[in-house]
Amino acid sequence: MNVAGIIKEFSLFRLKRSVILGVKSLWMHKLRSLLTAMGIVFGVCSVIAMLAIGEGASYEAQQQIKDLGSQNIILESVKPSSKTTAGEQERSLILEYGLTYNDISQIRATVPGVLVTIPSREVKDFIWNEAQNVDGAAVGTVSWFPEMRNRNMVRGRFFTELEMSMRAPVCVLSKSLARQLFPLTEPIGDTVRIQTSYFRVVGVIDDDPAVAASNDEKEAAGDQGDGMEMMIPITTLEDHFGEVIFKYRSGSFEAEKVQLHDVTIRIGEPDEVMPASLAIRHILERNHKQVDYRMTVPLDLLRRAERTKQIFNIVLGSIAAISLLVGGIGIMNIMLATVTERTREIGIRRALGAKKKDIVIQFLIETVMLSGAGGVIGVALGLAIPIMITHFAEMVTIIELWAPALAFTISVMTGILFGIYPAVRAAGMNPVEALRHE
Amino acid sequence: MASPGNAPEPVIELRGVEKHYQMGDTLVKALHGVDLKILPGDYISILGPSGCGKSTMLNILGCLDQPTIGQYFLSGQDVSQLSDDDLSQVRGKRLGFIFQSYNLIQQLTVVENIEVPLYYQGVTEKESREIAVALAEKVGLGTRLDHRPTELSGGQQQRVAIARALANDPAVILADEATGNLDSKSGGDILQIFDELNADGKTLILITHDEGMAMRTSRTIRLKDGSVAYDSYTERQLA
Ligand SMILES: Nc1ncnc2c1ncn2[C@@H]1O[C@H](COP(=O)(O)OP(=O)(O)OP(=O)(O)O)[C@@H](O)[C@H]1O
Ligand SMILES: [Mg+2]
Repeated sequence: MNVAGIIKEFSLFRLKRSVILGVKSLWMHKLRSLLTAMGIVFGVCSVIAMLAIGEGASYEAQQQIKDLGSQNIILESVKPSSKTTAGEQERSLILEYGLTYNDISQIRATVPGVLVTIPSREVKDFIWNEAQNVDGAAVGTVSWFPEMRNRNMVRGRFFTELEMSMRAPVCVLSKSLARQLFPLTEPIGDTVRIQTSYFRVVGVIDDDPAVAASNDEKEAAGDQGDGMEMMIPITTLEDHFGEVIFKYRSGSFEAEKVQLHDVTIRIGEPDEVMPASLAIRHILERNHKQVDYRMTVPLDLLRRAERTKQIFNIVLGSIAAISLLVGGIGIMNIMLATVTERTREIGIRRALGAKKKDIVIQFLIETVMLSGAGGVIGVALGLAIPIMITHFAEMVTIIELWAPALAFTISVMTGILFGIYPAVRAAGMNPVEALRHE
Repeated sequence: MASPGNAPEPVIELRGVEKHYQMGDTLVKALHGVDLKILPGDYISILGPSGCGKSTMLNILGCLDQPTIGQYFLSGQDVSQLSDDDLSQVRGKRLGFIFQSYNLIQQLTVVENIEVPLYYQGVTEKESREIAVALAEKVGLGTRLDHRPTELSGGQQQRVAIARALANDPAVILADEATGNLDSKSGGDILQIFDELNADGKTLILITHDEGMAMRTSRTIRLKDGSVAYDSYTERQLA
């Protein structure tokens, strides 16, 4: 039997009648049809739902990484673990570690593609507004910080290059800090104090995306949260706090000498990011005997996230394939039983002038309707589940338009694939024997 | 096809038809050496003991099966060598079947059952509905158009089957023990319809065990062990 011939002779008029007939036949066994379609329903539904959840999770991860800037390389000073500091440094009261101006100038001089660097240095202490205080940090940085780190101003402005060179006592509060220190009043124009220095607030900047998410939870729980930072010009910071930073914490005294806490290096071209990161690592390894720094390459993280997503998609694809296979086998099983059960009907139709292809088409239409209906219900559930998850669990889910379309198409294809054998078997029956069948 | 003198062209002609079945080691000859001419308007009953080959012959006449040996001409066309699709076409267009067990399609209504042969001939929906309704009325089921087979009596079901057999206005109607499952009253009603159809010029071939039914037909053929033992048309005993 050739497929082209079947399609040619099959007019739309016949399709309509065959569909009506198929509905009637399936309707005769409602429960059975429903159960048969279930296999496809769950296959399609789980694939769409999982895909939406996976896309959402990976989107969130990628977004967080992108917020760090895909052309940035982020260096942070890390206090070395006590093991490595044991010895001389233990006795000296001042702990010296971390990134240095020397590192930065070497990087600028030797690593190709470095566009700008954004150094920052922080002083951790209580920040005061009148009697209100918050345990936070003053971060000394440069005026191009917001642009390079993709941070947006909520209100007011960031400090300027002029204020930087004038070593002006101005500051920009992070959103969380502003909320804690000025719960009722307008912060801009007011002053805050850290240790003995006063700073005039010129703006409020949004929170560091890396801590923003966890902050909301902490604040909801009554905790203070991270990211309680105020940005001041790095020059001003040096003027006010000197090279050595003293901290008084729960009675004990601590002093640190850290030149730079944090350096963001912006690379000119995306292609240059990975080679530059290798070169920078090399320089740091040579300059630092102990690992008192941490290097983050968002692009590298992004690539890893993409890889993870690829693996996830492969796993998902396999699950989808298996579940549709199982669904398809279920359909085939039922259709084979149906063909046997309706042997007599097939004989009657053949006696009344049905050709083999008419019988093939009749049974194929039934299987395709079964799997198609399963596909539709599956798509509906598969769309409903992520929407509910977003609504109730407040998780980001992303439904790609192609996913339901593809899942539906595949479910119909499954129907055709697994329907062909029972249909051909039905058509191949000898009319005389089929008519004699009880 | 050469026809002798001015005798009418036969609608059916069997020449040396044999049907063999291989049953393990033995060869069953269900039909052997059947020669038969049936003229348009013939009203024939086929009788014979069980297992003599009546159904086998009717299946061949109905193009549901093909002879092992021999030729079968239907309206002058040799149909013994046709492809499966062509046989379907012949069945749907030129033959009408009536079975002992009615053989209606359970999920369809009366009118939809009558429409089945029309559907396979590609008759439009509107036209086929008109034909089906007219035929349902003709067999006295005009008020039962939307009933399902399970809601009808045996006699009513068989009348639906007759209407269905008439749908494509076939050249020959074949009935295999059409009254076999019916009481004498409804069986009589069915025979009444057959008489009327023949009076209208239809060619009917009825298989039966009922001698009374054979009396009503204009021609009686008796089969014995797979061949024609008596044919009232030739008016002579063959064996
Ligand atoms: N498919 C088959 N395979 C093998 N033998 C068959 C087959 N069909 C029929 N026969 C044999 O052919 C012979 C004729 O069978 P057929 O059904 O034509 O008899 P019949 O005259 O219709 O009998 P009844 O009056 O009981 O219906 C029988 O001996 C039967 O066993
Ligand atoms: Mg029989």
